[in-house]
Amino acid sequence: MKVAVLVFPGSNSDHDAYHAVKHVCGHEARFVWHKDGSLGDAEAVIVPGGFSYGDYLRSGAIARFAPVMAAVAEFAKKGGPVLGICNGFQILQEAGLLPGAMLRNRSVKFLSQQVHVRVERADTAATAGLAPGTVLSMPIAHGEGNFHAEADELDRLEQCGQVVFRYVGRDGGLGADAANPNGSARAIAGVCNEGRNVVGLMPHPERAAEPHLHHGAEGRRLLEAFLGSAVHA
Amino acid sequence: MAIPPPEVLDQHRLTAEEYERIERFLGREPNRTELGLFSVMWSEHCSYKSSKKHLRGLPTTGPRVLQGPGENAGAVDIGDGLAAVFKIESHNHPSFIEPYQGAATGVGGILRDIFTMNARPVAVLNSLRFGSPEDAANRRLLSGVVAGIGGYGNAFGCPTVGGEVVFEPCYQGNPLVNAFCLGLVKADQIFKGRADGIGNPVFYVGAKTGRDGIHGATMASAEFGEGSEEKRPTVQVGDPFMEKVLLEACLEAMKTGAVLGIQDMGAAGLSCSSSEMGARSGTGVEIDIRKVPQRETGMTAYEVMLSESQERMLLVAAKGREDEVIRVFEKWDLHAEAIGHVIADKRLRVWNGTTLEADVPNEALTDEAPVYDRPWVEPKNPAVDHDLSNLPIPGDLGAALLQVLAAPTIASKRWIYRQYDCSVRGNTVLGPGSDAAVIHVKGTRKALAMSVDCNARLVWLDPYEGARLAVAEACRNVVASGAEPIGATNCLNFGNPERPEIMGQLVMAIRGLGDACRTLAVPITGGNVSLYNETDGVAIYPTPTIGVVGLIEDVSKVLARSFREAGDEVVLLGACTDELGGSEYLKTVHGRVAGRPPRLDIEAEARLYRCVLEANGAGLLRSAHDGSDGGLAIALAESCFAGEEPGLGADLALPASTLRADALLFGEAPSRMVVTTRDAAGLAAVAARHGVPCTTLGRVGGDRLRLTCGGTSLVDLPVARLHEAWTSLERRLG
Repeated sequence: MKVAVLVFPGSNSDHDAYHAVKHVCGHEARFVWHKDGSLGDAEAVIVPGGFSYGDYLRSGAIARFAPVMAAVAEFAKKGGPVLGICNGFQILQEAGLLPGAMLRNRSVKFLSQQVHVRVERADTAATAGLAPGTVLSMPIAHGEGNFHAEADELDRLEQCGQVVFRYVGRDGGLGADAANPNGSARAIAGVCNEGRNVVGLMPHPERAAEPHLHHGAEGRRLLEAFLGSAVHA
Repeated sequence: MAIPPPEVLDQHRLTAEEYERIERFLGREPNRTELGLFSVMWSEHCSYKSSKKHLRGLPTTGPRVLQGPGENAGAVDIGDGLAAVFKIESHNHPSFIEPYQGAATGVGGILRDIFTMNARPVAVLNSLRFGSPEDAANRRLLSGVVAGIGGYGNAFGCPTVGGEVVFEPCYQGNPLVNAFCLGLVKADQIFKGRADGIGNPVFYVGAKTGRDGIHGATMASAEFGEGSEEKRPTVQVGDPFMEKVLLEACLEAMKTGAVLGIQDMGAAGLSCSSSEMGARSGTGVEIDIRKVPQRETGMTAYEVMLSESQERMLLVAAKGREDEVIRVFEKWDLHAEAIGHVIADKRLRVWNGTTLEADVPNEALTDEAPVYDRPWVEPKNPAVDHDLSNLPIPGDLGAALLQVLAAPTIASKRWIYRQYDCSVRGNTVLGPGSDAAVIHVKGTRKALAMSVDCNARLVWLDPYEGARLAVAEACRNVVASGAEPIGATNCLNFGNPERPEIMGQLVMAIRGLGDACRTLAVPITGGNVSLYNETDGVAIYPTPTIGVVGLIEDVSKVLARSFREAGDEVVLLGACTDELGGSEYLKTVHGRVAGRPPRLDIEAEARLYRCVLEANGAGLLRSAHDGSDGGLAIALAESCFAGEEPGLGADLALPASTLRADALLFGEAPSRMVVTTRDAAGLAAVAARHGVPCTTLGRVGGDRLRLTCGGTSLVDLPVARLHEAWTSLERRLG
């Protein structure tokens, strides 16, 4: 599969995504510059983590105007798979391709830690082949990851099956509030669009894709699912 | 020729003798701009005038050293055609004046030092020191510094993978913020700060120049007293996004082959970069300040030359290839501005349009800056002779252990480091909270371990011994991760060198560093000196922070601290000796900072390294943890924590000993490590071959830490209880 990894000037996980796609999962990866108006012949798009244009205003608020985002919107409209990770998720929200918005973390501090997320739906571009209930351990690293939407919007997302990942305890349970690191509404860690082809999540699967890493290799299962070659554990 | 009024000299922190020296170099009186240039370039911060003579005694060479002191950072060969470029620097004074920006720009500065050499920064560590966290003012400083480090490093995209945070009353009013960075570069593509080739254009790239940070280097070379808060304008303001873009643009520009030399503008800004680049190449640099991009109007040559605005670089390109450089910077929405060129005269010439504002020999600003042999006295700290033999042994040693575990310096620092992105770049093998941080070197099997350390209490008691112990601890931490130490960098934080007793601390600490590094064959490839760390005449503990880098050939052999599996055997490598002097226990439980620092037999230390590395290479080790800070009891308790969570306990027995029970538990003898193995006999054989004492203590298992000595119970506590004590500070302050 040919994967476009977007590069904004302040992207800092673009290399991580590229490495995981190409060297870990063995797919074709290429960087696409934010000023490019075309995604070429890409079959999937990753909007990586980072600080797009510095994000001094609001995460992703300026990035949505980048020329490449028009191409991403067009690609998504045609059903092409798009994965937004961390800042990429925020950008896709700002661009109107994913629901909800991000508030500052409940602690008002940047949070860098390992979390557990539970796969809620197997019918999205990023979770095909992963059984609902699967718990994956990955790192988060963000200051604004507190998922927010109005109550009726949250109900609608639940009804439409657009909640794709939730923060949970190691055992997969929702019980402890401590498992929800940033205070996200209904412990939502990731969502998809109505078409289920655009998925965003705050945790970083691409930084947890190799067994020798401190943050483990469980993120690779999500990436493999996204890349259409799910490996079953 | 006349000496200017004292207030002018004072403002520039120059002595009358130094002024006369300037006149001799110029053959005339300096004008105001020139006086400014000399002021910053001859500041302690830039010239190392008090320390230079003594720094010459440090070992700086070795088979792996590609770049020693004198460049923006040091570099060592790690094989596979790659080099590790690293350095540690202080940003103490700015961080006290404005904690967030001070710390943020400290990180920004060290990152630039690394990518100036064409190395991509892949790891940041920091060494922080504050007064008691119980004091609200210190907590405010701490939270500002931590937010600043995170705010800059997280956005830039370089993981903060480790460090240390120490609390001692002496840092009240004078916190230390030392930042370490390591980058990777192809060994044959290291760039230097040179201005070669007469006529080649000099480019200015990055952020515009403002009035921030003027005289920052001079400020950092003075003590604090009343009114320091008014120095806020001397602190720079950081923009990590600009730095990130500058990084990518510079690395891309260097790839074109059109860039010949490059240097970042840190302390002393344009003055330092332009004069040092010329001096290194035996050339000169001529610039026109009108061409320097400025974000404020009406800036004088003095202000432009002395500004310490952040995120700026000076580079020299090959004549005729200017467009290649300009195009790269334009791609990143930056401007490369040609502000001058390389000249044959070995001078720095500063023009303001057609007006010559400064015309100074490079050498006078750099190599010929004053070097002082300041008077010093051998440090004699009376606290060393304090008799500890009649110290009462606590009735409840378990309670003492809980007390030491909860001491701010020993306690878990998760509440601090979880504000730092430690996973970006996807290389982190061991993150914060480990003995050493370890990152994988992509495209190879290799990994690099890094540790920054200094037990300044011990340096205060005995600077020579304390500095040797700091080197040993940093190396031991690296070895505990399975790495062989291959290079070091130092950050010497001291008080006012004009006081002979402080100068004595500096001299003896440097000797200690040099002797230890020489014996362990770990070259020091660069570093930084921060003097005048005093507020109202009270100096900090002498704090020579050491950063050590180690190499692991096979990333799958990295060792962590935590016990891994029930049934594994727990082994103590090294000997317990009677070393309560300067210990955390003595301070926390008995309220004393006294005694003789632990004796360090550097040969025994080296034998321990060889033993651990051989045993790990043979696959004998399951975990390893340095046994110094807080002593054996703390090392064992920390091994019971699985990362940040309570983990496996252990049932352990020490053989009968003549030592006091508290010395056994809390004595900080060096050259020891707590390891686990499944083959104690095999490990004992390796240890015997290396002459390292080896004691099997028992086995991992259960949910309690039990430790007896000669049949008597010393500690018997649930791991959960130990963990609760260790994380109590986080629950209160986090």
